[in-house]
Amino acid sequence: MVKVSVSNVYDILKTVCDPEIPVLSILDLGIVRDVKFNDDSLNITITPTYTGCPAMHMIEANILAALKNEGFENVNIITTLSPPWTTDWLTDSGKQKLKEYGIAPPQTTKRIETLLDDQDIICPRCNSLNTNKLSDFGSTACKAMYQCKDCLEPFDYFKCH
Amino acid sequence: MSDLKYKYFLRIADNAMILGQRLSEWCGHGPILEQDMALTNIALDQIGEARLLYQLISELFPEKGDEDKIAFTRDISAYYNCLLVEQPNGNFADTIARQYLFDSFNFHFHQALQNVDDQRIKEIGAKCLKEVTYHRRWSSEWIKRLALGTEVSHQKLQDAINKIWKYANECITPDALDNEAHANCLGPDINQVSSIVSEERAQLLDSVGITVPENTWFLSGGKTGSHSEYMGYVLAEMQYMQRAYPDMQW
Repeated sequence: MVKVSVSNVYDILKTVCDPEIPVLSILDLGIVRDVKFNDDSLNITITPTYTGCPAMHMIEANILAALKNEGFENVNIITTLSPPWTTDWLTDSGKQKLKEYGIAPPQTTKRIETLLDDQDIICPRCNSLNTNKLSDFGSTACKAMYQCKDCLEPFDYFKCH
Repeated sequence: MSDLKYKYFLRIADNAMILGQRLSEWCGHGPILEQDMALTNIALDQIGEARLLYQLISELFPEKGDEDKIAFTRDISAYYNCLLVEQPNGNFADTIARQYLFDSFNFHFHQALQNVDDQRIKEIGAKCLKEVTYHRRWSSEWIKRLALGTEVSHQKLQDAINKIWKYANECITPDALDNEAHANCLGPDINQVSSIVSEERAQLLDSVGITVPENTWFLSGGKTGSHSEYMGYVLAEMQYMQRAYPDMQW
């Protein structure tokens, strides 16, 4: 195996995108929890976003493919559940990319009690606060549906988790 | 201890799996598109939780086979979900009544699961609690919307509650296995969960003018493998592929 540092690995992981929201890398999403070299193998620890998220399997496959492409053959992907993934781990640049993509980024959650604070969601198109929730559940597990009452555009909100 | 763990974790897993299977039947049949998606999103979360638990069970008890074998090849009496989750979807109000009664239990159960000693079940519980929080809000809101909507929607919800009420309390009535699990710090004290859930249900239903039936007897049996007549049909559909093509992959 080529001699490389952990930061080289992160550079490669930066190119692996969420298959459902391709503007976000898995680093933006905050699902990569650890990268470690172990003798002659490389261990990548990731955590699932939602328990039933069908993208997780594809993300694993894409991580392996991206690393293989750069010469890493002996890679283990370890899944951890604790601490559970939270949208607070989304990077600021990730949130910005979401907004540009037309998805309202999540509020900060901090505690489980504030998980459901989903008032005052800002329209990602016209920045209006005059928005209305259409449904708690959207086209993927991580999104809710909203509509802007000013520009009238419907939009997705990446809900707090 | 190992038999206790196997059966107790299966209870939690089977509740999630069978309700997920039931909700999946709504796919393409929801009353409006948004709610069709909500029902199937919740189904996905439930099946996701079931999967985590079946994977854990398979890891702890390798002789039981892999997650698919555990999920799809047991006979009816080896499923330990409560009777509530296997009840048919009926109309939208029936589904909402079933979902709310289950979510009100499931939310407080997962919260209480945070105090047990077993690290693995606690981790899965913490992960799923976030999802269940959304489910509970969704079904509570629909209870209000149907109860306070039109005369017809109110009546349909009242009928639904009347019909399903006899299944409402199995999940919050501790039996020998629940007590043993609690004594071994594997599971929460169901008596404690029960009082919170009963109060919450009574308060919500009362606040929107839905009358809770007066019967004080409740059906039970699912938790020990004695199921209602509906369960066989659920399994027939759910297990078809694995039975017809054993060990299939795709």
